[in-house]
Amino acid sequence: MNPLELARARPGEAFTVTFDGRPVTALPGQTVAAALWAAGVTAWRSTRGAGRPRGVFCGIGVCFDCLVTVNGRANQRACLIPVHPGDVIRTQEGTGR
Amino acid sequence: MTERAHLAVVGAGPAGLAGALAAADRGVRVTLVDAAEQAGGQFYRQPARALGARRPEALHHQWRTWERLRDGVDRHIAAGRITHLTDHHVWCVERKPGRAEHGQDPIVAPESGSFTVHALRGSAQEEGVAVRADAVLLATGGYERVLPFPGWTLPGVVTAGGAQAMLKGGLVLPGRTVVVAGTGPLLLPVATGLAAAGARVAALVESADPRALLRRAPAFAAEPGKLAEGAWYAGKLLRHGVRTLSRHIVVEAHGTDRLEAVTIATVDRSGRIRPGSARRIPCDTLAVGHGMLPHTDLAETLGCTLSEADRTAVRVDDEQRTDVPEVWAAGETTGIGGAALARAEGHIAGRSIAARLCGTAPDPRSWAAAARARTRLRTFFTALEAAYAPPAGWVERLTDDTVVCRCEEVTAGAVRTAAGSLGACDLRTVKLLTRAGMGWCQGRMCAPAVAGLTGCPLTAGRRPFARPVPLGVLAGLPDD
Repeated sequence: MNPLELARARPGEAFTVTFDGRPVTALPGQTVAAALWAAGVTAWRSTRGAGRPRGVFCGIGVCFDCLVTVNGRANQRACLIPVHPGDVIRTQEGTGR
Repeated sequence: MTERAHLAVVGAGPAGLAGALAAADRGVRVTLVDAAEQAGGQFYRQPARALGARRPEALHHQWRTWERLRDGVDRHIAAGRITHLTDHHVWCVERKPGRAEHGQDPIVAPESGSFTVHALRGSAQEEGVAVRADAVLLATGGYERVLPFPGWTLPGVVTAGGAQAMLKGGLVLPGRTVVVAGTGPLLLPVATGLAAAGARVAALVESADPRALLRRAPAFAAEPGKLAEGAWYAGKLLRHGVRTLSRHIVVEAHGTDRLEAVTIATVDRSGRIRPGSARRIPCDTLAVGHGMLPHTDLAETLGCTLSEADRTAVRVDDEQRTDVPEVWAAGETTGIGGAALARAEGHIAGRSIAARLCGTAPDPRSWAAAARARTRLRTFFTALEAAYAPPAGWVERLTDDTVVCRCEEVTAGAVRTAAGSLGACDLRTVKLLTRAGMGWCQGRMCAPAVAGLTGCPLTAGRRPFARPVPLGVLAGLPDD
């Protein structure tokens, strides 16, 4: 069993995005965070001070731990932003600027 | 003919939907403003439409209640009585001072459209939108409290509610082997949901003592539906083979770049770890939470007073009115109490609003059933909150090098120094001295921990904006 089977989902056609240059398959409707989780990726930011890896924490847009760079725009909350075909997702280093 | 009174409801969860429904049923024109793509809030969070879920109820509890709520609101939307603005992220609600505030006439009706609800439209949140309304219902919900422990910033450590939100909304799991830990009733649906969706839930680690629940048995017995719910989850956990450990805590999360294991242990009454009780559980995910906190940013900006008993919740009267004229609040924002309480409060608020906006005094007898449910559920949740208090000794167990403020990477040691030798005695001074609470989340995550470490009371944050706002949107606002 997986979540898609449990909810008997029939998602639209999968598409490809890139994460740090490597192709990742995503489903329409997913957020950037959901697509990365589905691909087994849990970290996509390194902190400004200690350079430690971070990913989703609160999952609902409150904590800002999941900030990521999408198509050159830094500081996007991965748990809120929908993923689109061809998105170029990059690990956000520090402040992302 | 004057246009019908107009209510803006902020938040499309159980409280906001019930409020919108009750008000629209009684002739009020409603605009429902919500950040999500679909109504439901966190409790009834729906899978994204494009995922084509044919059985979303598999991830939910009390689906029939949701369907009734949704269908009622949908009918009003179709009839044009409710406008639902999805993907609208409200950052501020502004109230134009009415004439009453200038001391000319204390009983004058509020000016039409005296509120402006400011939102950012779309996922990029760059375009400003303003909604004018005669009254506002704040149904902004809550978010999870997580108390820190060594290793809690590792990727793979997520909030229990966050894991559930990602599952319900994106149909994804955080990993394969999960430990669900912390305290509170939310851990039960999270553990069962993750297990049903295919995760191996290695353990449900609850710090509360079952005897604390038993001691409050009379309060719980008054709510048999809730007891049945608890039993239902217990049966589910059993069926999924989830090991449940009470009076246990997560001592530390291990890993270098991501979570690899957690150490759990039992603690005695004073919070000391019992010698020899520590053991390591390999896992790639820890879903952790210690109860919830209300979202009060919008209410505070409007000047609503917070409750004396719980300084993190909006104070309301029996009609769910705040102390700011024409501002109502319902659901978790007035104190954590779950979806059923949120619906009851929203229902009462909607009826009160409909009467007050028409210039009549509402008749509380017309919502007697909802009021009874509200009283019962508030009593129940007060008892529940006491039984699921944070585990004793959590502050002492925080090592000095544990990061407390996740955004600014401020350690427990730095906070202790601020409160100790530097003499800080409130959260604001600790923030100025250490930057704890000064980062992106504006202290939403670290405030409970900073309060615990310093002995300062936990108060709401007094943030001028409920979310980040582009300078261009601020610059584009009219001057009036």
